[in-house]
Amino acid sequence: MNKLKMMPEWLIMVVFAAAILTMPIWMSPLGAAYPDLLQKFAIFGVFAIGYNILFGLTGYLSFGHAAFLGVGSYTAVWSFKLLTMNVLPAIFFSVLFAGVFAAIIGFISLRRSGIYFSILTLAFAQMSYNLAYSVLTPITNGETGLQLERDDPRIFDTAVTEGLPTTELFGLSMSGYSGFYVCAAFLIIAFYVSLRIFRSPFGLKLRAIKSNQTRMRYTGYSTRPYLLTAFVISGMYAGLAGSLMAVTDPLAGAERMQWTASGEVVLMTILGGVGTLIGPLLGVGIIKYFENIFSAINETVLHGFFDFLPSWLQEFMVFITSPFVGEGWHLTLGILFMLIVAFLPGGIMEGIDKIKSKFSKSSGQSDDSTTEAVREGA
Amino acid sequence: MDTIFLQVLNGLDKGGAYALIALGLTLVFGTLGVVNFAHGAIFMLGAFCAVSFNQLLTMSKKVKDESITFFEAFKEQPYLEIWFGDTGTMIIDYSVPISLVLAVPVMLVIGLVMERGLIRHFYKRSHAEQILFTFGMAIVLQEIIKSIFGANPIPAPAPDIVSGSAAIGAAIGLGDSVVYPWWRLIYLAFAAIVIGAVFAFLKLTTFGMVVRAGIHDKETVGLLGINIERRFTIIFGLAAVVSGLAGVMYAPILPPDYHLGMDFLVLSFVVVVVGGMGSLEGAVAAGFLLGILQSFASMNEIKSILPGIDQIIIYLVAVVILLVRPRGLMGKKGVMED
Repeated sequence: MNKLKMMPEWLIMVVFAAAILTMPIWMSPLGAAYPDLLQKFAIFGVFAIGYNILFGLTGYLSFGHAAFLGVGSYTAVWSFKLLTMNVLPAIFFSVLFAGVFAAIIGFISLRRSGIYFSILTLAFAQMSYNLAYSVLTPITNGETGLQLERDDPRIFDTAVTEGLPTTELFGLSMSGYSGFYVCAAFLIIAFYVSLRIFRSPFGLKLRAIKSNQTRMRYTGYSTRPYLLTAFVISGMYAGLAGSLMAVTDPLAGAERMQWTASGEVVLMTILGGVGTLIGPLLGVGIIKYFENIFSAINETVLHGFFDFLPSWLQEFMVFITSPFVGEGWHLTLGILFMLIVAFLPGGIMEGIDKIKSKFSKSSGQSDDSTTEAVREGA
Repeated sequence: MDTIFLQVLNGLDKGGAYALIALGLTLVFGTLGVVNFAHGAIFMLGAFCAVSFNQLLTMSKKVKDESITFFEAFKEQPYLEIWFGDTGTMIIDYSVPISLVLAVPVMLVIGLVMERGLIRHFYKRSHAEQILFTFGMAIVLQEIIKSIFGANPIPAPAPDIVSGSAAIGAAIGLGDSVVYPWWRLIYLAFAAIVIGAVFAFLKLTTFGMVVRAGIHDKETVGLLGINIERRFTIIFGLAAVVSGLAGVMYAPILPPDYHLGMDFLVLSFVVVVVGGMGSLEGAVAAGFLLGILQSFASMNEIKSILPGIDQIIIYLVAVVILLVRPRGLMGKKGVMED
């Protein structure tokens, strides 16, 4: 990890960009190289990176980030409905609105810390969710979700004659791989911004807040502006992710704002390694990948797996494993998550690190600072 | 007057459920210092105790329907009816009250296993990690229930005799139009009894006294030679029983599905925080208060002035309370302060 810490930014970015952009190639042996899934990787990657800026750096556990995701989605769809099918204005307005929304919620919630902060964000997210479902129906279209219609104004576009218009970037349709590449481009930008934040004095101050806020205050820093900035930035990331969701599939529903959706991004961040640069992305990759793979497995596939066993044992194994796959994928995820929190609070990144330090110990050099290095980010 | 009375009743009734769950949550928090996000799942498990017992009783086989003579008709008849006739029918009818009795040992065991097996290892971790771990636990529990019972809500009806509405208006002289479902009245009475029992247990028994002393100063109680850890474990079991029973009784009001716990979890946390972390009286008071507020907010007169207020009132109150009274309504000094 120390190596990564010393690597110059341009090198990290080149490697990262290459890794992301070639995903369609190196993911194909894993059976995951289809645009739909790749888009999800990129979108949730943005979401988790942003969440990590708040939770990873400052330690403030927010359970309300799905609200910003929802705001982003709704704004993007409204931009498609009212202005143009071009994605850039949609993304711009989404990030803007999510940022404003986050500034309001953050301003109030950040008056408290610890569990009270979590509850406050939770309360705001539930409020937005409930309102989106009920009175805000003219804006959100309630339970049905906000969708495109043919007779939407779209003042900058020429009227469509038949079918629904699709989202586009200067004529390039946003379905399939082009959609993925647009999301990937935003992911790379998002990653770069996060890298800059991690290595900036600002990021250092956020970490100082995490380790000892009281001391930070005694040193003469007013911590709240920094916290609020981090909160707004991560809210904007969530808004960006929400708008990208709308870009790849132009509809927005209230269930995106439910608090369990916020829980999902918490899961991803923790699983990968909270407070590390790459960790949240790893978490996203693993969760989304296995979600797709595991959900597709049914009993027939399982029978195929255990084909080599005698038939009674095969039945038994299928009986044992079937609750954990297919519909039951969340059960596996829950257990995995419990194990991670219990034994590897630093997530997969800490796991990698432990293995590494074991190897370096056996070769005679002890490296106790590695865990610290991981926690301090890349 | 009639409407106000009904709304108060409605609110008390809703508040009863909130207060029961929040009471369990606060008990766990006050004694063990654990922020338990799996508490909603315990409530859900209680509701599914009622459901599974009901399903067990109504296990049936196909028998010939004698009432239809034109053709061969079959109907499902529960074994209990076949074996015991009318007594069997009655047992099935009373499945929810009976499962109340059965749920006590079941929930106690679940609670004890949960505490001894899992949560015990998290006392020294930060609150954030406790939240995350128990959140994972809640997911696991609800997914287990989903894989057994499926994703759809399953009804567990109340006994026939109390399925209608009570004419309480006539009884207390408010006019005949004031009626209220029997089962909800029973729920309210039940909540009051359970809350009373828990408080009596804590305030009047020696065991309760020791526990209260332990909440106050765990170390000193330990130094006096009392195994306080064990008593706290029992309190965790007790909290599980309280929420489990709340769930059992709730099953006839709202057919439970696997997601019930998550829905109630947020509410109960809000209740606990409004009442003040670690204050049992606060949790109960806040439960009833929020229940009443919510039922008044769902009146049409109020909704026409402030549209959507019924959806957010609880959260709004929570936000305001948290900002102006940082400890909640009755929170104690030094418990979970920033």
